[in-house]
Amino acid sequence: MSLQQIERPFFVGHEPRRQKSVAGLLRQASEAADGFLARYGMLFSFLTLWQVASSLGWINAAVFPPLNAIVTALWDGLVGGALLDDIAISLQRSGTAFVAAVLVAIPVGLIMGQVRAVERALDPILQVFRQTSALALYPVFILLLGLGEASKIFVIFWATLFPLLLNTIGGVKEVDKKLIEMARVYGASRLTVFRRVVLPGAVPSIFVGLRLSATTALLLLIASEMIGANKGVGFQVMNAQYNFQIPLMFAAILLLAALGLIANFALVALQRRLCRWSEVIG
Amino acid sequence: MTIAQPAQRGEVSIRDLSKSFTINGRSLNVLKGLDLDVKPGECLVIVGASGSGKTTLLRVLAGLEQADGGRVMIDGAPVSGVGAERAVIFQEPRLLPWLNVLGNVTFGLEVRGVARAEAEERARGYIRLVGLSDFEDAYPRQLSGGMAQRVGIARALTVQPELLLLDEPLGALDAMTKITMQEELFRIWREENVTMIVVTHDLEEAVYLADRVLILPKEKGDTTRLIDVDLPRPRDRSEVRFVRHREALLREFGLH
Repeated sequence: MSLQQIERPFFVGHEPRRQKSVAGLLRQASEAADGFLARYGMLFSFLTLWQVASSLGWINAAVFPPLNAIVTALWDGLVGGALLDDIAISLQRSGTAFVAAVLVAIPVGLIMGQVRAVERALDPILQVFRQTSALALYPVFILLLGLGEASKIFVIFWATLFPLLLNTIGGVKEVDKKLIEMARVYGASRLTVFRRVVLPGAVPSIFVGLRLSATTALLLLIASEMIGANKGVGFQVMNAQYNFQIPLMFAAILLLAALGLIANFALVALQRRLCRWSEVIG
Repeated sequence: MTIAQPAQRGEVSIRDLSKSFTINGRSLNVLKGLDLDVKPGECLVIVGASGSGKTTLLRVLAGLEQADGGRVMIDGAPVSGVGAERAVIFQEPRLLPWLNVLGNVTFGLEVRGVARAEAEERARGYIRLVGLSDFEDAYPRQLSGGMAQRVGIARALTVQPELLLLDEPLGALDAMTKITMQEELFRIWREENVTMIVVTHDLEEAVYLADRVLILPKEKGDTTRLIDVDLPRPRDRSEVRFVRHREALLREFGLH
């Protein structure tokens, strides 16, 4: 008896396609609706409650305007172009900082994870920097770099650097030693072990860092734009509040949430492409 | 009259081998003054209680550990570090999760600089030998334990070693799969004409596979023993002589 016959059922394959019938389609549709409700039901109820409570005056409509007013403000801002400028400048700031952090953190993290002496030397200073709030350092950066773009980009860069750096180091260090030993048995050089075993093994952890950093980048973007800026989505949130344009304020907040979701979605999609072999948690 | 035969390789010669570890400041002699010769094409099985140094001996042979004293020669050359004439099969399959079966089996060859097309052609032959031709594109997480271990075996065979070192290769498998895999290992050993040194806990496995069984001592005063298993192959587990051999091994461990 051959082994395949015993073990074949373990293989994850395609199920035979179910026969289509009206009843089957209806059942599928209701299953899909169940799934949708289970996932988005709470969000939908929350938004409905907001709309109803605001329109009927259960809550102060001046502070929590109805959703249709917020969506209208968002639409006007986008079509009129006022918000588009803000989005462009905000993306430029956070994007520049994020790319710079990626270019620094990933190579440095790979080296620190791989070479013990470098990690030992850099780890204490890294821990001190990491525990120092980037926002607390913002005044220092302003002193050094002025109130312009440079200090804003730098504070975002600073805050996004650490999650990515630490996750890259962790990813490299947590690569299974047994796999490295296996590669060595086949005569792999240090460079080959790094290229063929360590680097691919660290990719999932690097992606965790990228996603954390993207979130941090948006967080620090807003904070930096609330101080000494005259453009940007974060500025718009503050400015709209000063001028009591509450629907516009919420529109800007909504925009920020959307930017965060899009960034995360893009990174998850990229990770799925690069790491088809592992389960990606979205 | 002598008939010219291709020189068969995979000969192991160990003289006065010793190895100790320091654990919590105490030095622990794992191997002491071990002598051993393994003939080309032989299947030697190493058994012994936990801590008797079975795995250490195998790791020294693989070049993953350095001996403290003595000499280890393979085909007349002293062992220093890993070598192309040896391959190791571990207890865990140790597959790279981001490569599919074909990619994992070609890994050893690619590391050694064999061109991809040639590596894949050779790999396919060994994937067929272990019965996984339909699963070339599958990823390790889609495989059962037995299948994954067979991928590991194919990877080791693909580099065409003269000496195959197996460290409890079937230790993590269930009883049913284990028996089929023992038959598989025997078949591969016979077809590939390779020298095999197998570490195991399973005495039945030892009798099934071995030309000779090496029993490593547990206590300090005990001696290393070598037992010949001269049974016809393929071996029948239910046969009287098989059972007697197994009982003799059990007695060595004071269990029967």
